[in-house]
Amino acid sequence: MDFARHRLTVAFLALLALAAAAPMFLGVAKFPQWLEVALGGLLTGVLYSLVALGLVLIFKASGVFNFAQGAMVLFAALTLVRLAEKMPLALAIAVTLAIMIAMAWVIERVVLRPLVNQEGIVLFMATLGVAYFLDGFGQSLWGSDIYTLHVGMPKEPKIILESTFDGGVLVDMEDFVAAIIAAILVAALALFFQKTATGRALRAVADDHQAAQSVGIPLNRIWVIVWSVAGLVALVAGIVWGSKLGVQFSISQVALKALPVVILGGFTSIPGAIVGGLIIGLGEKLSEVYLGPAFGGGIENWFAYVLALVFLLFRPEGLFGEKIIDRV
Amino acid sequence: MIYRETGQFKTTYASDSQLFPILQDRAFVIGALVFAFVAVPFLASDYLFRAILTPFLILSLAALGLNILVGYCGQVSLGTGGFMAVGAYAAYNFAVRVPQLDLIVIFILAGLCAALVGVVFGIPSLRIKGFYLAVATLAAQFFIDWAFARIQWFTNDTPSGSVSAPPLSVLGHAIQGPVQKYLLVLSIVAVAALVARNLTRGAIGRSWMATRDMDVAAEVIGIRPLHAKLTAFAVSSFFVGMSGALWAFVYLGSWEPLAFDVNRSFQLLFMVIIGGLGSILGSFLGAAFIVILPLVLNQLPTALGIPLSTAMISHIEFMVFGALIVFFLIAEPRGLARLWAIGKEKLRLWPFPH
Amino acid sequence: MNLRELEPGTVERKLGAAILAVEGISLSFGGVKALSEVSFDVREHEIRAIIGPNGAGKSSMLNVINGVYRPQQGRVTFMGETHSQMEPHRAAARGIARTFQGLALFKGMSVLDNILAGRNLMMKRNLLWQALRVGPALREEIEHRRRVEEIIDFLEIQHVRKTPVGRLPYGLQKRVDLGRALAAEPRVLLLDEPMAGMNVEEKQDMSRFILDVNDEFGTTIVLIEHDMGVVMDLSDRVVVLDYGRKIADGTPDEVRSSQAVIDAYLGVKH
Repeated sequence: MDFARHRLTVAFLALLALAAAAPMFLGVAKFPQWLEVALGGLLTGVLYSLVALGLVLIFKASGVFNFAQGAMVLFAALTLVRLAEKMPLALAIAVTLAIMIAMAWVIERVVLRPLVNQEGIVLFMATLGVAYFLDGFGQSLWGSDIYTLHVGMPKEPKIILESTFDGGVLVDMEDFVAAIIAAILVAALALFFQKTATGRALRAVADDHQAAQSVGIPLNRIWVIVWSVAGLVALVAGIVWGSKLGVQFSISQVALKALPVVILGGFTSIPGAIVGGLIIGLGEKLSEVYLGPAFGGGIENWFAYVLALVFLLFRPEGLFGEKIIDRV
Repeated sequence: MIYRETGQFKTTYASDSQLFPILQDRAFVIGALVFAFVAVPFLASDYLFRAILTPFLILSLAALGLNILVGYCGQVSLGTGGFMAVGAYAAYNFAVRVPQLDLIVIFILAGLCAALVGVVFGIPSLRIKGFYLAVATLAAQFFIDWAFARIQWFTNDTPSGSVSAPPLSVLGHAIQGPVQKYLLVLSIVAVAALVARNLTRGAIGRSWMATRDMDVAAEVIGIRPLHAKLTAFAVSSFFVGMSGALWAFVYLGSWEPLAFDVNRSFQLLFMVIIGGLGSILGSFLGAAFIVILPLVLNQLPTALGIPLSTAMISHIEFMVFGALIVFFLIAEPRGLARLWAIGKEKLRLWPFPH
Repeated sequence: MNLRELEPGTVERKLGAAILAVEGISLSFGGVKALSEVSFDVREHEIRAIIGPNGAGKSSMLNVINGVYRPQQGRVTFMGETHSQMEPHRAAARGIARTFQGLALFKGMSVLDNILAGRNLMMKRNLLWQALRVGPALREEIEHRRRVEEIIDFLEIQHVRKTPVGRLPYGLQKRVDLGRALAAEPRVLLLDEPMAGMNVEEKQDMSRFILDVNDEFGTTIVLIEHDMGVVMDLSDRVVVLDYGRKIADGTPDEVRSSQAVIDAYLGVKH
């Protein structure tokens, strides 16, 4: 990102930072409490980023905006938790991964291939259909109760920085471990895209389907690979979210929040998904805690979307996305 | 042979421009209207009115509105539920605070409020398109959800959060019972459909379609994108808002914001896709399909002798919707309306195959 | 031999003063310079051709004239008013119409609707009137329909007027594109490769249409064309672009014998 040229964006971010720190300037909050809320928000943001990652991957490689990513997260989590009842966890994870790959293959054959040269909006609506189908399918197969997922995540919150601040700062260790997992995943994916031949092919496909086909890139196989990787990401997100919230239908609704994350970060950028998630998570938490009481709460429900909307007006390509040029 | 146009020559542009230039179409529509207004009230049961006909008509109106925005003008919207809510709550506030107003006036005012909100949330469409716009409309949906749930003024400070409509009366005449409600809704929807057809065939409809098909070229021939897109949002939201008011007042009676949440938006989008984008008939067909399908799915397992829990049935509903969306997008992106048109084409030639 | 000299009974066309002029137009996209300080004028009622090898910037020049692209430098003067930035719908309102190389037709609409859309600027009745479609609104719609039918007659596409344009063969689509531009009754018509992809007969038809438009309505025409025969036959004056620069400007005969033009087309080392 070129700081000199994008003054507007820098100004916007600076404004956000100011707004974030405002509660302390206004005397409403002391630093330790603010830090707690901020950390909590940041960590939730990482969880959003995990789902957004899947979105970015699919968009980067197939130009499709996968509305079904949230449903995939839920499906993966549901499959895992039910299989884990009958077999050891490690095996359950492996089987779930296999199922996600199979699902990627089916989606590619049944949905993507027939629609290969249609406009983006048609593919988007198709993924909407897939989302609904997966929601129904997952729940009719595995049931719609709330299931607890035990993957060995730490459940005890930890108090840090006791020496610096009176009483210390409360950190949710589960979220913290999730953040580490996300970081590892992101690093691996970034390497994959930049350094491998398959990664290059994926980027070519994202740019122009027909051009990529004409240089011999096997579109169908690429798409299966990408959707499988997205499935893997969905599984990781499912594990993390499921462990934290319990596996239930509302996960796919929460995953809708990944959309504003991707808008903020840029549809084609992996670092963008992370940064976008952090900003949304932080902003959401802060505004809920400090602005919420004035309105009776519930700001979390729309903050992410309105922020994305405002951002869209000034910088539709997102923080790290590529500028879209319309040629006549 | 039934649908032959031979012998129907138009000698003036006026006669070619009429609503239904082909005699058979005219006969069919007039027949259907007569049937709907005169025969149905005697033939249908109360259940049919309450569970199928009235909701079908109201949702058709909403689908009509959404089709104008998505099908004719190409602007994707996932916030339709929110605009319905605006119509519903606006009507409620007018009815409660200005009780002297006649019901029809209240509905029109509700539509205008929704149109205003629609224009405001439609402003981003001048800079963003496609699924970016879809996410922006989601912002509208969630914000509106929250506003009606939290801001007390809208619900007249009702403690429970759910509001009820006052008793209905038009021009002093009370509207009671399912038949009268059905006729009220039918009249409103018939007029709305006529207006929609006039608009889509006129200059403004052409500017919408031009913007949808190729907005750069549209600008080059003098169609201002601002004007085209915002009028689409305004007209669409007017219809959607009115349908929200009808849904709340006539169908539900009392409601909470949940009645107009994001699932409603998706439901309406499905109606428009399955029914046919850019087609007025399609809006009606899609609405009929989506209203009837759950009822069929509910009855089918018992009819086939397979007992299923209600939860299971709703899951299967989700699966069927999802699968149908994908199916229609692949096989017939122009939806049921296109299938209808193909049927008419076949009727032209029947009994000859081609 | 210029067709104009052959046409019997053609009234002596009076070429007017310059109705359109571009001065010092420079246009870049990122690092690519599409146009460098191009200046020329167009006289009223004339047929002006812009020619040049591929990539010379011809379409970009048209796009600058009607406001689709904003030049980094330079000005466009049309009918006495000078602008450094024009907007497409304002250009249309002031009387500039154009066709597109890639046929930007409204695929979802019929021929009639496409051409009617070209007249949108002239439809004055507002939303409410249109909703009712009675009285004034209906009369206006019918009046415009009458004018559009005249254009359809002129272009000989009556038999396909209700067909969705997406289904028409390429040659007919080109005519619809022309019809849509004509519907606005423009002062200046910008034609971007109107003969592209046509066979000999279709080119003759299109040439006839262009000449008729110029003769009967006095419309000034600026056209981009690759077919040298067409250019030499139809145009009064020619501008030649190469790599975004103007390398020749004059009558067809002058341009044909210019060394710079011959070099550009034969690819002599620069």
